[in-house]
Amino acid sequence: MATAVMTSLDTKSRSASRGMSDIRIRNLFIIPTILFLIVFNIFPLIYSLGYSFTDFRASSNAPANFVGLQNYRALLNDPFIWLNFAITAKYVIISVTGQVIVGFGTAMLLNRDIPLKGLLTTLLLLPMMLSMAVVGLFWKLLYDPSFGIINYTFGLGSFEWLSNPDMALYAVAITDIWMWSPFVMLLSLAGLSAVPKHLYEAAAIDRAGPFYTFFRITLPLVAPILMIAIIFRTMEAFKTFDLAYILTSQPTTEVISIRLYKMAFQEWQTGRSCALAYIVLIMVLAITNIYVKYLNKVKER
Amino acid sequence: MRKTMTGLLAGIGLMWACGSSAQAQELTIFWAEWDPANYLQELANEYEAQTGVKVTVETTPWADFQTKAFTEFNAKGSAYDMVVGDSQWIGAASEAGHYVDLTDFFNKHKLNEVMAPATVKYYAEYPSNSKKYWSIPAEGDAVGWSYRKDWFEDPKEMEAFKAKYGYDLAPPKTWAEMRDIAEFFHRPGEKRYGIAIYTDNSYDGLVMGVENAMFSYGGELGDYQSYKVDGIINSEKNVKALEMYRELYGFTPPGWAKTFFVENNQAITENLAAMSMNYFAFFPALVNEASNPNAKVTGFFANPAGPGGEQFAALGGQGISVISYSDNQEEAMKFLEWFIKDETQKRWAELGGYTASAKVLESPEFQNATPYNKAFYETMFKVKDFWATPEYAELLIQMNQRIYPFVTAGQGTAKEALDSLAADWKATFDKYGRNK
Repeated sequence: MATAVMTSLDTKSRSASRGMSDIRIRNLFIIPTILFLIVFNIFPLIYSLGYSFTDFRASSNAPANFVGLQNYRALLNDPFIWLNFAITAKYVIISVTGQVIVGFGTAMLLNRDIPLKGLLTTLLLLPMMLSMAVVGLFWKLLYDPSFGIINYTFGLGSFEWLSNPDMALYAVAITDIWMWSPFVMLLSLAGLSAVPKHLYEAAAIDRAGPFYTFFRITLPLVAPILMIAIIFRTMEAFKTFDLAYILTSQPTTEVISIRLYKMAFQEWQTGRSCALAYIVLIMVLAITNIYVKYLNKVKER
Repeated sequence: MRKTMTGLLAGIGLMWACGSSAQAQELTIFWAEWDPANYLQELANEYEAQTGVKVTVETTPWADFQTKAFTEFNAKGSAYDMVVGDSQWIGAASEAGHYVDLTDFFNKHKLNEVMAPATVKYYAEYPSNSKKYWSIPAEGDAVGWSYRKDWFEDPKEMEAFKAKYGYDLAPPKTWAEMRDIAEFFHRPGEKRYGIAIYTDNSYDGLVMGVENAMFSYGGELGDYQSYKVDGIINSEKNVKALEMYRELYGFTPPGWAKTFFVENNQAITENLAAMSMNYFAFFPALVNEASNPNAKVTGFFANPAGPGGEQFAALGGQGISVISYSDNQEEAMKFLEWFIKDETQKRWAELGGYTASAKVLESPEFQNATPYNKAFYETMFKVKDFWATPEYAELLIQMNQRIYPFVTAGQGTAKEALDSLAADWKATFDKYGRNK
């Protein structure tokens, strides 16, 4: 089955002259990757599942005791953990919605013949190429109430973006939107340019309005690729750590990965943090699955 | 081919051999990134000049210090031979066997007489009163205050203050006076604010700040021997102290919600606040005109007393410990023998390090060397510290979780925050079977 889809080796190639078969070359490429995955992903995954049922602490020499579901029970009964999840959900919704609106909007604007389109697109992609930590440090300066350029530009006086508990999460989300909208834009642009021109021409002949054209032609045809962008961004936003960690230390911005980090590497509650990591993993898997189901549905249409 | 391989192997072997023999003449000390670490490097350079043993002080930012050190310990890594570790690590590091037991060394050199008592109690001994020692007090430190002398001594301000509060404007003797002065100088319209306090909840900044109030109000965090917390951490005194801290937060500059030593020194250098809380370790930067344009008009005072007249301060500072996984333990012990000598301690103080040596601290030379050394000397005999149990990090995070929303956003009441904290701490101690 696997060999059937592979193109056969060119008989005149160097590999063929060395006597390498198709299967051998395939193995040569795949086995190291599989081994790498097993050693660095699968093995720790299973190992940490084991730890999640123990009271193991990496900081002590005490042996790990089996505690059954105690870690899971304690975590799911901890009001602070639920608060962390609620904050994460709020953050994901704000940040992904913002990115889709800004990213898709920019893509619509760029999807026409304008001068310097290539240069413009490249420049718009710059935020995405910066390191998260650097973006966090820069935006911390931009948001500063005393000398930050944002308050200065918008005449907000000494508005406290990061130390106001109600505003801090939005401030982090705005930074994330600034950074990752270009990613949504790039994928949307690819989707938009693939929409056949003749559909628009037919719509124009039928005197369809711009809204009708958008909702009946553009959006349905771009939807699958937009969904992929949303899946990626949701997964990333759910796992977000760097931006929120660097920008502010408000309890209202303590997303689940920050709590997980503190539990694992400051408190050294290794067993319990493994359990929390598993809870997060299951949640991300569930959300992604819903999206993928929806994506398949969209594709069928 | 075979010949080249043999040659290569021999070469590698030779390099390895040289490498390991050279290593014995090198020691690495791990510490956080701050001025005292640079002073220690200077001191270590003098050790190298005397003995030929190269000592490198490796540093990392404070926020990562704990994580990085314990990651290395847990991996049983030999990258560092010694660590100048935080006082509250001592329980975690000694119980897990990361630190070498220094009790014999301590007794041989009678260090509990040589070093100031508080430093022995909090930097070196674990468990409390066990006479087992795990580190040599290296950098004594506590929280003190700096203030703007020019603002305090301005005749117009003095007159206005006296008219408003009925007593003279001077460095505060009590927390109540400090509150009045903070309120008096808090003028957001002029971009001048009353006071700078610690609020950073990512490690021990905020907790240290609040401790200053609690300890001076006569409060305690708990009983460090029986692990009893209910009725102690949420005592009436602590509730009052926490309310006072919250009140002071109202007189801080804008955006003062994630601040620690850097921001609090900036409050003085950037003309933001009249008074600023900070560790003594950061005061050298304030008397240096290169780093503080207001150096000439910056004064210092010790943590004020509470309403009952009690006066304590939160302990900072660190002891130096030998790491069990080091390959150079013997060399490290030799360094420590040199480090505790009187003349070395004197030199350490001259370089800017805060010695814990009682003899040096008591000398007039030391006390008159800087405007704050006398306050430091007085403070070091009335300090208290956070829990040093292995689960201190959990206790710290729980305290941050409970008090931060109250201090910075006024959520709930001080009583509610501390009652919840007492329950959290009790549950944690139950979990580890401490209060049996």
